[in-house]
Amino acid sequence: MRTSSRVVQALILAVVVGLCVLLAVTTAGHLEQRGIRSGFDFLLEPAGFSLGESMLPVDAADSTLLAFVAGLLNTLRAALPGAALALGIGILAGFGRLADNPLVRGLASAYVNAFRNIPLLLQLLAWYFILTDLLPAADAAMHLAPGIFLSKSGLSVPWWGETGFEIPEPGGFGIDGGARLTPEYLTMLIGLALYSAAYIAETLRAAVLALPPGQRLAALALGMSPRRAFIDVLLPQAWRAALPPVTSQLLNLFKNASLAVAIGYPDLVSVAGTSLNQTGRAIECLVIVIAVYLLLSLVAAAISHRLEQRTLQGRPA
Amino acid sequence: MRLDTLRRRFFGDIVNTGLTLLVLAALMLWLPPLLEWAVLNARFAPDIAACEALDHRGACWGVVAEKARFILIGRYPADEAWRSILAAGLIAGSWLGVATGVLRGRSVIPALALPPLVAIALLGGGLGGLQSVPTELWGGLPLTLLLTAAGMAGALPLGIAVAYGRRSSLPVLRGLLTAYVELARGIPLIAALFVASFLLPLFFPDGVALDMLWRVLIAIVLFAAAYLSEIIRGGLQALRTEQLDAAAALGFSEWQTQRWIVLPQVLRAVAPSLANSAIALFKDTSLVTIVSLYELTGSLGLALSGDAQWRPFYLEAWIFIAAIYWAGCVLLARISRAKPLRP
Repeated sequence: MRTSSRVVQALILAVVVGLCVLLAVTTAGHLEQRGIRSGFDFLLEPAGFSLGESMLPVDAADSTLLAFVAGLLNTLRAALPGAALALGIGILAGFGRLADNPLVRGLASAYVNAFRNIPLLLQLLAWYFILTDLLPAADAAMHLAPGIFLSKSGLSVPWWGETGFEIPEPGGFGIDGGARLTPEYLTMLIGLALYSAAYIAETLRAAVLALPPGQRLAALALGMSPRRAFIDVLLPQAWRAALPPVTSQLLNLFKNASLAVAIGYPDLVSVAGTSLNQTGRAIECLVIVIAVYLLLSLVAAAISHRLEQRTLQGRPA
Repeated sequence: MRLDTLRRRFFGDIVNTGLTLLVLAALMLWLPPLLEWAVLNARFAPDIAACEALDHRGACWGVVAEKARFILIGRYPADEAWRSILAAGLIAGSWLGVATGVLRGRSVIPALALPPLVAIALLGGGLGGLQSVPTELWGGLPLTLLLTAAGMAGALPLGIAVAYGRRSSLPVLRGLLTAYVELARGIPLIAALFVASFLLPLFFPDGVALDMLWRVLIAIVLFAAAYLSEIIRGGLQALRTEQLDAAAALGFSEWQTQRWIVLPQVLRAVAPSLANSAIALFKDTSLVTIVSLYELTGSLGLALSGDAQWRPFYLEAWIFIAAIYWAGCVLLARISRAKPLRP
């Protein structure tokens, strides 16, 4: 029995290794035919393309590695604030769906239903169309609030610039001063946040509804108002149950940030795509993308594990 | 009493009253202009001059009529359009049949697995006197439905096999399968589609050239199977061990136990989760437009991006597509609640 299972395992391993070798040989042959070199040395060579926007200044003469790093930073720059927004909106909408008030409940339900049942890519395309086609041009920007302007070329907000803290104001060719968030960035931020928030709202609602009804009744019997019972008794317990699915939603948000490639926001995947087209090194570029995402998943898993431990410790004896 | 409950719900205390007034104010501010745009000022005929004259004060629903054929079936040859429509109808019909309970029990699995195969034969042609249509020309709603249905039909058996493999007593097999599942679940679907698009052609030996559609379908099946295997594994773990004891007492062989006792119960128990995966896949098929397959989302772009006259009415056409996706998701969600595998 023992030997036979060893033989079977050796056989499985041999088949898998054999397949890998076969793939490697075939692939190497194809690469040679097409005159594509392999290896990661291209990372140190000039990228040959510049990024539409980036926290690091990257132009065509900079190394491909720098472009990849800038792409990853762009992913994080959209996904991290997106996750915070999603959490906030998701909690609000989740409460809304549980509210006594039928108007609030109806509104929250309509939002969750609409945003969960339309593909994220389609939602991003709509936001992008609205932000780039329907808004007024930069010289006729909408003045949303003091120092905040919205137009086809993006959202200008007060920020530190070359001359210290600047408040944007209309100039000759549009809006001068402050920081400008591009339509691509805004699309990612709004799209990711609203899509994930709808899922988070559902998760929270399910967690509250899954609590034993006795919890609420006991709180009411102790003389708590329904709202106090919700906040002090139901919510802390529901939060514990909701934590793992909510972290998995936030991880999904990071993976969904890769849709940026469809609207031209230079995230990691879109940089990899451009570099792949420039150098032909498909394997290397995709290996980088896959490795980075696996690493992000690992980090997220570790964080969520820590959070769960800490929340569980907070449980009364 | 009733009136009292209503009043308490809308105006129970200060917070509730405030919320009610806030929502009412928002509705009064937004609903009339929306109604005006969508209905009162709208143009329903595909008349570009009338639409342009509107200057977006009303919706131009005419764009849907003008572009419907292209959005719905993409670049599929116009003379053969009926095949495309029939293929979409078969798949959507099978979903409707399961959701409404017309198809149930033992007929569910063949009813969901066969339509995508028939749809492939119908769309591709080349047999029975049907003109052959290359896969690059398949598009629109039939392609969206095909990718979902064929993806699920391929991923379910694979997912079941992987779930069983991960319970095997062979550490090597378990390790390899765990690595596959974690890899597939860790990466975004786009990365998998890029692999299908750029890497798979390098992996195949000379003379074997698969169309993009088949490569993408392979990627989708492998991607979805990883998620399905986790669902099935959860179902296997949740099964009560008494069931196995009872089967053993009745003299069932290992294979018989799995085939007649374990798997039917597990599939029934996880059917809602499987339907949720189908919904996720249905929405995710929109990503294949990034590797140049023009399903519903892609054909919307194809229909409008090159047409300067109609492009300004993108939003109206978008609402049409969004409504189709929404209806598809609701239909699939009905399946998850229909307890379809009940005999």
